[in-house]
Amino acid sequence: MSTQAPVASASAEGAAPDATFEPVIIGFTCNWCSYRAADLAGTARTKYPPNVRLIRLMCSGRLDPTFVLKAFSEGADAVLVSGCHPGECHYIEQNYKALRRFHLLQRTIEALGIEPARLQLVWASAAEGVRLANEIARVTEEVRALGPLNWPAASIVDVDGMELDAVWEATGGDAGGLPATPGGANPKHGAEAIK
Amino acid sequence: MTERIGVYVCHCGTNIAGVVDVAEVTRWAAENLRDQGVVVARDYKFMCSSPGQDLVTDDIKEYGLNRIVVAACSPHLHENTFRTATARGGLNPYLCELVSIREQDSWVHTDKAAATAKAKALLAGGVERVRRNEPMEPIKVDINPATLVVGGGIAGISATLEIADAGFKVYLVEKSPSIGGHMAQFDKTFPTLDCAACILTPKMVAAGTHPNVELMTWSEVEKVEGYVGNFTVTVRKKARYVNEDLCNGCGVCQEKCPWKVLDGDFEAGMGRRKVIYTPFDQAVPRVPVIDRPNCPYFQKGTCRACEKFCDAKAIDYMQEDQILTLQVGNIIIATGYDLFDARRIPQYGYGRLPNVFTSLEFERLCSAAGPTNGNVVLRDGKTPPKTVGIVHCVGSRDQNYNGYCSAICCMQSLKFAHLVRERTDAEVTNFYIDMRTPGKGYEEFYDRVLEEGGHFVRGKVAEITDAARLPGEEDKLIIQVEDTLTGKQRRIPMDMVILSAGLEPRAGAKDLATRFGISCSFDGWAIEKHPKLDPVATMTEGVFVAGCVSGPKDIPASVAQGAAAAARVLGRIQQKQMNLEPIKATVYAEHCSGCRICNTMCPYNAISFLEAEGVSSINAAMCQGCGTCVAACPAGAISGTGFSDEQILAQIEGLLSVGADGAPLKRTAYPETHHEAIEEAVRA
Amino acid sequence: MSPTAKSNGRATTAAKPKLAIFGAASCGGCDVAIINIHEHIVDVAAAFDIVLWPTVMDGKYSDIEAMDDGEITVTLVNGSMRTDETVHLSKLLRRKSKFMVAFGSCASEGCIPGLANLSSRKEILDTAFSTTSTDNPDGIRPIWEYQAPEGVLHLPEFEPMLRTLDQVVDVDYTIPGCPPESKQIWAALQAVVAALNGTGPLPPKGSILGAGESTVCDECARKRNVKKIDRFVRIQQVAQFDPEICLLEQGLPCNGPATRDGCGALCPAVGAPCIGCYGAAEGVVDYGARLMSAYASVVEAQKPDEIDKVLDGIVDPAGQFYRFSLAGSLLRSSKAAWNTDGEK
Repeated sequence: MSTQAPVASASAEGAAPDATFEPVIIGFTCNWCSYRAADLAGTARTKYPPNVRLIRLMCSGRLDPTFVLKAFSEGADAVLVSGCHPGECHYIEQNYKALRRFHLLQRTIEALGIEPARLQLVWASAAEGVRLANEIARVTEEVRALGPLNWPAASIVDVDGMELDAVWEATGGDAGGLPATPGGANPKHGAEAIK
Repeated sequence: MTERIGVYVCHCGTNIAGVVDVAEVTRWAAENLRDQGVVVARDYKFMCSSPGQDLVTDDIKEYGLNRIVVAACSPHLHENTFRTATARGGLNPYLCELVSIREQDSWVHTDKAAATAKAKALLAGGVERVRRNEPMEPIKVDINPATLVVGGGIAGISATLEIADAGFKVYLVEKSPSIGGHMAQFDKTFPTLDCAACILTPKMVAAGTHPNVELMTWSEVEKVEGYVGNFTVTVRKKARYVNEDLCNGCGVCQEKCPWKVLDGDFEAGMGRRKVIYTPFDQAVPRVPVIDRPNCPYFQKGTCRACEKFCDAKAIDYMQEDQILTLQVGNIIIATGYDLFDARRIPQYGYGRLPNVFTSLEFERLCSAAGPTNGNVVLRDGKTPPKTVGIVHCVGSRDQNYNGYCSAICCMQSLKFAHLVRERTDAEVTNFYIDMRTPGKGYEEFYDRVLEEGGHFVRGKVAEITDAARLPGEEDKLIIQVEDTLTGKQRRIPMDMVILSAGLEPRAGAKDLATRFGISCSFDGWAIEKHPKLDPVATMTEGVFVAGCVSGPKDIPASVAQGAAAAARVLGRIQQKQMNLEPIKATVYAEHCSGCRICNTMCPYNAISFLEAEGVSSINAAMCQGCGTCVAACPAGAISGTGFSDEQILAQIEGLLSVGADGAPLKRTAYPETHHEAIEEAVRA
Repeated sequence: MSPTAKSNGRATTAAKPKLAIFGAASCGGCDVAIINIHEHIVDVAAAFDIVLWPTVMDGKYSDIEAMDDGEITVTLVNGSMRTDETVHLSKLLRRKSKFMVAFGSCASEGCIPGLANLSSRKEILDTAFSTTSTDNPDGIRPIWEYQAPEGVLHLPEFEPMLRTLDQVVDVDYTIPGCPPESKQIWAALQAVVAALNGTGPLPPKGSILGAGESTVCDECARKRNVKKIDRFVRIQQVAQFDPEICLLEQGLPCNGPATRDGCGALCPAVGAPCIGCYGAAEGVVDYGARLMSAYASVVEAQKPDEIDKVLDGIVDPAGQFYRFSLAGSLLRSSKAAWNTDGEK
């Protein structure tokens, strides 16, 4: 049996990509370059699609692959990583580490069946507001064409029409030491347990 | 801890409210983020105003809030404002988060519904993040009152004198044998036509003799360690082979030295100097240097004339490089520029056609102390030119070489036109693209030169050639140019052509930047903290830039920047202590296995490996808070304050709790099997 | 806990805490590891009333069902949640137990069977039942319900995705390893006994037992230097590895830096790279992410094509980074596994 997972087809169910599908994309920016570029795009009133929600890190070198995987597992359709141009990192050379992590991440998510185009890397200096806006627009359209990723949620809300809450209540609920959230409520994956 | 979070959504007039439905976002937050701990949610026209800030301060006291989220403009604008308001309410300022719904939302999107939905998502992200914020205190560091100035040109000298005059110690390190920089090479300065040496040398002397200045010429910075207020700098003072303490600057050694070499530095290759030399007569210090690779004593063991004639017995062939360690609190980098190498434009013939000169070469020609005693003559050293062409924008404003404008060449070219007319009867033609004369007195200078009667051709010179085609072109340099004002191609014969070559970053600029821990752009210009509002600071605390190191500029701007950098440094020295943002990484030794993956993650050398304990350790003072090591650690043993895993993972959850339409993001579930039979059995 | 047990026909020993050891979808290795505590097994039998241990002794599910909730003091579950029977029994045992322990890698993070989550159920069954090594001319597939003359038989259904124990029930403690080292098992059991006797502390809920606080490098005797990796190799590509130096520095992808210690770093000691069976370090959310980040951070290359050249040495990223931990990772599976199109 092959150890490689077959890459899932671009749009699920083989249907045509939904033209009204609005991707939800998480973007990681660095405080000194790409976040400032986004701010510059704002000050210049450059318009771009509203699909990317940006997180500010101090440096692209802070980018932990955990963040990218967390974003996918929480429902993002794509992740955008951005930082200073190689050679211009405010912290000298940290974006090279980000670049290498990005490469390895992309290979791994591809092995897990996520289209590599759902993880994109854009370098943008603090002066490149318009360019960043254009790249965001480009990525949004590429992801729109791929369709929703729709990664399943860790905590199950409803399966096969069964009200799982009722099931848990009937089987003793909390008293039996059962988790408050039914199904796969792994404390590691829920918001509460990260303390 | 039970969170009690206050949420404040700013209208910013109509900047936000015109696109984002702020009332709806506020209402939504109050209702949907209650489980996350939101107890009060308000919207207000201008949160940054006094009454706006008071909302925060008062609510903290009245509602016992322990976290604040302000959804408004960019944190780069008002993070401090709201942190201060939070502190006034009695809460640790780092428990306040800013969410940008202006630059990142209302200003960049047109679809109001989508922008409102995005604002909800961004706010949810901020709320989830702030729940994981920890109270922090800024880190206080002492400031060493000594300052290092790197580069002894006009900007560096400016900075040095300001600080020294204020009563504080300055180490001025210059890699040439003398301070003065490029300005010392010029003949006259625009627009006043002051003699460059006349206005510069008094400053050079002042710097060289100031009791608070320790001048280290023929020296280079090799290593910089430490952090603001506490830098340890390693300087290599190269061997001059002349004892500085004994030398009295009489100059006899230079007179008597029988050996001359081409001077490619100060004389720009136009003249020669002795092997034991000071770069120019007014050099500071007046102590000469022996050019070892060209000295027959060092190469063959012969001569020793300088030693014979030196009354002060200052010649010391055994002298060695000295490595000095300096402790300084702040550093000002003023290392200047290099001239664009005009040989890179072969069609201009520089280096091949003898009478094509660069700007620096021409400055040396004009200089009274230069190789031709100030006579403007051709390369043969005697013939004055009858026709001179001055080409602007050589290597500047050119997609093939440097796209930027070098700022000073137009004025410099006009100055050359004036100087040629002053010293010869030659006809002068300036070949320009635009005339850039923005400074004080610059436009007036342009008028003056126009009145003096030069020709001006608007067009980028295509070629300078000696291949004559038409009568009158023999033995001349022909400038081939499109005259855009007449719309014609022209061939204009010249005796002499001067190329106003552009300014470029110094050859070792990127290495220099790395050594000092600052960034430079792709071209090599040092990057300032903010190009508009903070042009002399860099992103690295304690390191400042002045003069052309950060980009082409004229002498008044360089002097102003030198003084500005000095003022910033003096401010720090006067305060004696500084607050640093407490964004730092820490290794938890109990979880560290000593795998050493993190050891190469820090460009500031803040991470060291403790052999005895078998763990890695981070020097908090040197840590700049980038977080790279936090992300790299395979054991998760490094944590970072301010941008912890907990905070960011929570922010991701919050951002993804809202879909593109403003409703909760629709999720599917992992497939699972269910049987009635199983459920019954479990119920049993 | 009452010293007199509920009457259900079984003889009870007063006050001995009850212990259940259940193998879900398990290879049996964890049971072997427990037995490998050798003569200490007698101490275990003395300290506990073992009410369920299918590998070793007879027992009936109905006995468990008849118990009170919380009557079993400690249940050790090894193996993963692969069929609905294992899910059902885990839930049952959860109700009946005071403390539930995820024992071994399968229960705590999915282990090797978790790699089944790289494929859909249909693909797995097709491969098992219709490859060239299987003689299955009628294309038979397992069925989950069978109408027998006596009634409907419910057979354990192969769940669409493999899950870890804590994705199914609330878990109190975890003992990692594939299998957990027998020394560590004995240490953990002693700690449990001490806690029950009141002679030792009760570890906080969620604790990892029988393992260290750090990672395998802590226990590894090899000499470590700063890491600068310019190539990744497979173990068969190099004739001889230096026995003194860190394996990762020699280009062999060793999972030691990201893997919890406690095993004694047995594999690197004999020249085999750590493959990660003890799972993630303290507080880590996704094992594979940590390892990926560590490797990528120390690759000696700056340009994209050079980086790719080095990373080409990791031929199977999913396997390298999630060999044991896929089911317990953030994504839990590949897309193929939960995309159940085309399935009945």
